[in-house]
Amino acid sequence: MNFTDLKEKATAEWTSLEQSRQPRIIVGTGTCGRAAGAFAVVDAIKTALAAHNVQADIMNVGCIGLCYAEPLVEIAKPGKPHIMYGNVTPASAAQLIEDYLVKDMPHPEMALGTIGEGSIEGIPKFWELPMLKPQVRIILRDCGIIDPQNLNHYIARDGYSGLVKALKMKPEEVIAEVKKSGLRGRGGAGFPAATKWELCRKEKDPTKYIICNADEGDPGAFMNRMLVEGDPHSVLEGMIIGAYAMGATRGFIYCRAEKPLAIERFKFALKQVQEAGFLGKNILGSGFDFDIELREGAGAFVCGEETALMASIEGKRGMPNPRPPFPAQSGLWGKPTNINNVETWANVSAILQHSAEWYTQYGTEKSKGTKTFALAGKINRTGLIEVPMGITLREIVFGIGGGILNDKGFKAIQCGGPSGGCLPTSQLDLTVDYDSLQQAGAIIGSGGMIVMDEDNCMVDVARYFMSFIQSESCGKCVPCRVGTKHMLDILTKMTQGKGTPEDVNTLNELAQSVKQGALCGLGQTAPNPVLTTYRYFADEYEAHTKNKVCPALACKEMTTYYILPEKCQGCGICLRACPSEAIKGGKRMIHVIDQDKCVKCGTCLEVCPPKFTAVKKVSGEKIEVPKEPVPVIAGKPGAGETK
Amino acid sequence: MISLTPTEIQEKLKPILARHIGKKDELIPILQETQDELRYLPEDAMREIARFLKISVATVYGVSTFYHLFKLKPSGKKIIRVCRGTACHVRGSPRIVDEVSKVLNVKPGETTPDMEYTLETIACFGSCALAPVMVVDKTVYGRVTPGKIKEILARPAKQEVHK
Repeated sequence: MNFTDLKEKATAEWTSLEQSRQPRIIVGTGTCGRAAGAFAVVDAIKTALAAHNVQADIMNVGCIGLCYAEPLVEIAKPGKPHIMYGNVTPASAAQLIEDYLVKDMPHPEMALGTIGEGSIEGIPKFWELPMLKPQVRIILRDCGIIDPQNLNHYIARDGYSGLVKALKMKPEEVIAEVKKSGLRGRGGAGFPAATKWELCRKEKDPTKYIICNADEGDPGAFMNRMLVEGDPHSVLEGMIIGAYAMGATRGFIYCRAEKPLAIERFKFALKQVQEAGFLGKNILGSGFDFDIELREGAGAFVCGEETALMASIEGKRGMPNPRPPFPAQSGLWGKPTNINNVETWANVSAILQHSAEWYTQYGTEKSKGTKTFALAGKINRTGLIEVPMGITLREIVFGIGGGILNDKGFKAIQCGGPSGGCLPTSQLDLTVDYDSLQQAGAIIGSGGMIVMDEDNCMVDVARYFMSFIQSESCGKCVPCRVGTKHMLDILTKMTQGKGTPEDVNTLNELAQSVKQGALCGLGQTAPNPVLTTYRYFADEYEAHTKNKVCPALACKEMTTYYILPEKCQGCGICLRACPSEAIKGGKRMIHVIDQDKCVKCGTCLEVCPPKFTAVKKVSGEKIEVPKEPVPVIAGKPGAGETK
Repeated sequence: MISLTPTEIQEKLKPILARHIGKKDELIPILQETQDELRYLPEDAMREIARFLKISVATVYGVSTFYHLFKLKPSGKKIIRVCRGTACHVRGSPRIVDEVSKVLNVKPGETTPDMEYTLETIACFGSCALAPVMVVDKTVYGRVTPGKIKEILARPAKQEVHK
């Protein structure tokens, strides 16, 4: 079958789905949806449909990005706009089937928004929601909309038309188009994609490889995983276009074994395109041969670095090699190799499906297009977002993200994972693009964005990232292997209240040494979390080392919990909840924490009823409390003796 | 857990090695398949794989110890994974790790002596909205608090029915 016929068939299938007389129920069953209980919801829907004898199609889709409202269920009734429901439970799903599908009561109070033409009273437009309105969907164009296992859905929405267009162009013209788009690599460093492609194209060797880096090992980053789960073909199409442009014969996808669903989607999609003739010999009759093989990473953060990743594909320990030679000259098995990450490849297919001009309408002068971010942490609306480059951090945190959880104060936003940095309130109006984030000490990186509030300690955050880097250091070069260990030791000391002002200086010196001396990009950027937290939150380092106080009350060893005798009413809730049995008390007795047994888990603080708020967490101060439980005198809160 | 004899290991490896041709870059896929079958990488399996690929046992051992996924010791019946991603960290995952460690009396990476539980940490589970997250085999628990740990661990293993 040629592409025109394929496209016609696919479009017919998609249109008949859109115009179907039968209701359709669309459920997000990506990793995030599953974790939130999407499958139980699907079961409840099936049972409810059977009970009411209603015929409806159930369609599984990937993540649409509103992770905070998972599980998400979209109900499409013929002749009406679709309604998206959030936080659906098996019970509410069954209720919606009965009330909306059977009786036509849409329950606006449970709905997030409507999708498509028309409106329903009391329900806003889904794509106009504050979380979605500022977003531009290029990379996530199909995520949460199509069935990721249905190739026709992808083709019907312009899929593989970019490949068809590219195959009619000269390889150099394809590279020129990508160059015109200004696309920069989305893996972290932001190197212009076309420049890398040109270098690889120029090499004379008849064997060339391309690699899709789907390792994504940053803690707090899940954009690539969700993209692959929701729309694997957008990545494959980009890879085939790239292979044609560079003259590569074989491609590899390197995906973490910890992402089983993404691997499953890739495998399924590869089989589909091999059968459809988009991969293999003589692709779409163009005479171009190319195939892709999937390799599962075995869990090493350093394998996200390109030279380490190639060593891993070759079956070796994933340790980086010095550059030059660059992979474009001598990469996998010594052959010219090009590596781009998942999101870069998905951009390539979009650019070729439309045009470079179309693409450049989004973004800033030096950072074109859009970027996906995993927005998480202490924020109201966590999720997978895609925004045009040039948006401000403030718009992301307070617009899209809806501000800080429980109305707490914003403290910092961590961008770029272990290679990135924490930016404070003063940097909130910074525009998100490669260059301005770098100037501020952070990086766009792969795209993790973690919001922190007043309860998060910046020294502890620095220690957290250092402990990650230290345990993930491959050990090949001394600055990273030994330097990060020393940095971690110092930071651990500080978070235990044993640090000295001297340590702060040593820490900064070490940070500079690692930055200058490490072999690979990951090692060189490893001190960034320390450097930025020190740059913006030097006062917290001082408090920890000079005054032995953790102002955020986050460092466990530096905090103490007390039950305030004047407030405790002896209700016993904390006593029953304490996992360490460290609370002594009794009915109508003022409870007391045994500080030797207390593990400082904070459970008592969480469970103490808001009307009492009797548990207090402090750092660097001592509160006088009774040693043993004493009676609460009825009607006189606080009558208990303090001695 | 009864350990396998070298002959039994060879038998189990046969169908795995038959799927490969003996190229050096097959080492990691072979180790992954071996672990899927045996649940860990016994020394005898590593020796056999080295023979098959005509590489030194040291190379196989070097690769096996480099990647987190590979285990040189058998794991417990239930695997408990606590997410240590950044979102989980800022929402309290250190307290979760501490509490599970305390309840089971093992450190992350260790297995209880009765071979019931193995405690692991993972870099990011990708469900940051549910932070802090903990996974017991295939069941995901979101917004976990230290107070809930004992209850979660006491639950019988639930078979994940959906693929």
